Amino acid sequence: MTSYALFLGCTIPARQPHYELAARKALTKLGIELVDLEGATCCAPPPIQSIDLETSLAIAAYNICLAEEAELNILALCTGCFESLTIANRLLKEKRELREKINKILSNAGRKFKGTKEVKHYLQVLIDDVGVNRLKQNVVKPLNNLNVAAFSGCHLLRPSELLRFDDPERPRIFDTLIEVLGAKSIPYKNKLRCCGGLLRGYADDIALAIARDKIVNAYNARADCISTLCPFCFLTLDLGQMLIKTTYKEEYNMPIVHYAELLSLSLGVEPKELALDFHKIKVDKILEKIG
Amino acid sequence: MTEGKPLDFTRAITSRLGGETIIHCYQCGTCASTCPVARTTERYNPRQLIRLALLGQRAEVLKGDAIWLCASCYNCQERCPQKVEVADVIYALRNMAIREGNIPAIYIEFATGLVSEGRLAPISKFLEKKRTEYGLPPLKPANMEALKAILAATGFDKIMFKKEGASP
Repeated sequence: MTSYALFLGCTIPARQPHYELAARKALTKLGIELVDLEGATCCAPPPIQSIDLETSLAIAAYNICLAEEAELNILALCTGCFESLTIANRLLKEKRELREKINKILSNAGRKFKGTKEVKHYLQVLIDDVGVNRLKQNVVKPLNNLNVAAFSGCHLLRPSELLRFDDPERPRIFDTLIEVLGAKSIPYKNKLRCCGGLLRGYADDIALAIARDKIVNAYNARADCISTLCPFCFLTLDLGQMLIKTTYKEEYNMPIVHYAELLSLSLGVEPKELALDFHKIKVDKILEKIG
Repeated sequence: MTEGKPLDFTRAITSRLGGETIIHCYQCGTCASTCPVARTTERYNPRQLIRLALLGQRAEVLKGDAIWLCASCYNCQERCPQKVEVADVIYALRNMAIREGNIPAIYIEFATGLVSEGRLAPISKFLEKKRTEYGLPPLKPANMEALKAILAATGFDKIMFKKEGASP
């Protein structure tokens, strides 16, 4: 059994337990042991990077230190956490001066970044540790050609120079992992474009206009659902449709489903075992189609 | 309104973490053409923002609204032929603006969450109960002692909360 330090971040455990529940069930079924770290904090994502880049690197490095001490690689569910932690891990491994500067800060918290561990997004764990073939063998309830609009979110892919996850212009990993579950990853307009989520709270109107584009493009491509990996993309597109209804007087009823939920369902987890009532846009249509 | 020489501002930017690559910009506009925000609003254009910064328009850049309209999607940075790290340059500009007291209210909320709970989205009693119902393990508390030591060492509190303009 392969073990990972599970990095939950802030939003998933506090706002989207349906994501955590589905991810824990699916990964455990696939033989991945998840260890909850003691004392982990926020990963220091873009809002904190906007305030002070050095502070955010130090906080990310502190969290990586916890995994180093536990002698485990990190598995991140949230794409934002994956980005913050990977950037810090790569920069500090590769830039000695920066590492020394950050280690000086960390010494105040009795920590030292050594650079001995990896940060992985759970999709990478599915590819590297489970493997596409074994995943396929574990699918007991194929998703019946469900038309899925894959939306990885920006920070799984970019900045590619540091994240090194997949080809940033023509990514395939997420689509492959959708198709192995028996669904179709359909093409749709501006598939790799941002959901606008990080502008929520500062420029809500602009954020909503960008999110609406995403929904409309998936809708026009006749998607049964949009599949997400990032809790902010989920929130922006799921709750966003309530706001689109009041602001634009338009109703799309496009279910937004975390990939971990599709994965769980295909591995035979019963819908009632997942916290599907956390979806604002109901997912009944998908459950019906899957059968 | 140019304060100091144009190059003073450029130097201030390039000496900051994230700002190093701004000088390579040759204004081709690839960033603006690939930006999801620029095609949605006239309030934001990354090419113009970089140009203003390189022209030394410190006040317009740091007190303006544009630096806060980047969605951090990194399309521009990915596609820049000059390898200008546009999104990171904007982080550097935000870091500078905040030090001058230009802080949008939402960022004060983020910082408050971090400083008080170690999380940007603190957990509610309702969710704690829900987690138990679903059989999820209780959420482990953040190590606030370690976090406070780190924030004190980087001067985060002083950056965020000392300025007059810092009230929400």
